Amino acid sequence: MSKKNLSYILKRIILAILTVWVVITLTFFVMRAVPGGPFMSEKAITPAAQAALEAKYGLDKPLSEQYVTYLKDIAFHLDFGPSLKQRGRMVIDVITDGLRTSVKLGVIAAVFAAIFGIVLGAVAALNRNKFIDKCIMVLTTALISMPTFIIGSLMLILFSVKLGWLPANGETTKGLILPIISLGLYPMSYITRLTRSSMLDVLGQDYIRTAKAKGVSRVMIIFGHALKNSLIPVITYFGPMLAYIVTGSLVVEQIFAVPGIGRAFVNSITNRDYPLIMGTTIVLAALIVIMNLVSDILYKVADPRINLE
Amino acid sequence: MFNKEKLFSLQQDPNLFLPATDEEKEYMVQMRESSTFFKDGVKRLLKNDVAVVSIIVIIVITLSAIFVPMLWPYSYDRMLGVSPGKQVDNSYNNLKPFEYGETEQAKIDAGEKVFPHIFGTDAQGRDYFIRVVYGTRISLAVGFFASLIVLIIGMLVGSISGYLGGKVDLIIMRIVDIIYSLPDMLMVILLASVMRVALTPIIEGTVLAKIGANIISLFIVFGVLYWVSMSRLIRGQILSLKEQEYVLAARAAGAKGGWIIRKHLLPNCISVIIISTALQIPSAIFTESYLSFLGLGVNAPMPSLGSLASDALNGINSYAYRLVIPAVIISLIVLSLNLFGDGLRDAFDPKLRR
Repeated sequence: MSKKNLSYILKRIILAILTVWVVITLTFFVMRAVPGGPFMSEKAITPAAQAALEAKYGLDKPLSEQYVTYLKDIAFHLDFGPSLKQRGRMVIDVITDGLRTSVKLGVIAAVFAAIFGIVLGAVAALNRNKFIDKCIMVLTTALISMPTFIIGSLMLILFSVKLGWLPANGETTKGLILPIISLGLYPMSYITRLTRSSMLDVLGQDYIRTAKAKGVSRVMIIFGHALKNSLIPVITYFGPMLAYIVTGSLVVEQIFAVPGIGRAFVNSITNRDYPLIMGTTIVLAALIVIMNLVSDILYKVADPRINLE
Repeated sequence: MFNKEKLFSLQQDPNLFLPATDEEKEYMVQMRESSTFFKDGVKRLLKNDVAVVSIIVIIVITLSAIFVPMLWPYSYDRMLGVSPGKQVDNSYNNLKPFEYGETEQAKIDAGEKVFPHIFGTDAQGRDYFIRVVYGTRISLAVGFFASLIVLIIGMLVGSISGYLGGKVDLIIMRIVDIIYSLPDMLMVILLASVMRVALTPIIEGTVLAKIGANIISLFIVFGVLYWVSMSRLIRGQILSLKEQEYVLAARAAGAKGGWIIRKHLLPNCISVIIISTALQIPSAIFTESYLSFLGLGVNAPMPSLGSLASDALNGINSYAYRLVIPAVIISLIVLSLNLFGDGLRDAFDPKLRR
């Protein structure tokens, strides 16, 4: 790897760290800007109790000091403080609990999307303008125009309310099937279209013609030459795909009652559990930023021809 | 006519100077009017069947979203079972399509005509059809205005950054880089969830209160976060355009920067601007419906397609159609806007065509 690329990667890492810092700062100040502060609740509390609470959580200190403490706690201990509404639980525990389910959901959805997307894309490209290609393109175009919550709700209606094949509750393993499919359909369609267009691009290249002329078998051309090269643009989609899956899981977990981080996040918004909102936002944002970074660097590793800026 | 033998002779062939005959004149007549860039693009666009169908769908949906509420006898927030001085008539709640409430049924039996509830009513006895139409109107309006905000800010920042270059460009572009790498949806949720609380007391009593704090915070969030890709695009265009000779000529003639940007540079990237604005609208509608679904969108009782779908989830076992209807409309809008945007791109920016 050349020096130029190393410096590019370094630059990207610095940008990623900067981004996470911006997210932390933004969440901190945005949350402090809420009128009445985090303890403004439905129940009125006495000024003394309010003061005691604020002293306990360090809210009586100047804002800059609070900020530095908050930043330090996160950077060194991954400590986001206690949850306001879930008594006696730390935010980080709620997050790790939720992540256990959500990561499973997200990873399986991503793998599902990648496998089916690549296969469908390749099939469409190899049967260009034939009936099967048109079917795949119509289907994926339709799926790309549907917001996740609509895909999820329609799946719920069709497979669990009308047909009764799968449970509507996502707390069991079997119940995770519908959420996974709902979450994976959009990225799958995107990958299908991406694979199709890049595969068509590759199939028109000279070296494919050369391989054909040499008498290489069709199977060998597809798997040995075409597929490998046409997957490179797909790698760049991994970062955005994760961002999509994270935001999509917020609604999908809500619809199917999956006990994951997405549901915790949405509930924390409705409950106004500010430390939990902050913690979840920061963790998810960091996850997305890191995945974007990784997919950018992988892109470079996968294809040495690409010269980064 | 050309004299081959005397190649270097200066003698001219007098035949070349004869007046043109009628036949020759006819040959020079312009066969068709000269076409502008815009006309060419429209022609290409009209040849694209998919784009034409999508724009028709968009126009039909938009017009009906605007005019149907004016003609419809029911309003989106009137609970039909509730009338002043009487007990709440529960027979109006959760009507199936083309069913009637008790008093309405009595009227029909008496021979009077009652306007049907095409999609029935919702759990609070409101006519569902008009709520869907109204929700479509709000979703479309949010998409349109959010894109407008993105367009204005993105155009302003992008053109200034591209035209001035140097340090200004460097600083603006670093800011753009950071905003660009922020996970947008999470930031939208965060800002929207806080801003609606912060905004409510500020806008109380003003005209803005009618629009609702949630929608305004949505617009602000769009203005803060989504302008970056637009400004990047426009900056790139301006960077290449400002090296053109006509810009140099304008500057030599004493034109100021603002004038050059407005009169020379922006009109030349108009196709890029139109295309990306067209593609921005569906993404804004997507975001709005997503936020509405999470309960961060429009304020009740105002409906949007997202909040209608979200409300429908509660009664999904018996009233699945209430979810399917807004779902279908939202998908239809986004699909046709996307297809139309693609058509626009193909028609107006042949360079981008694959």
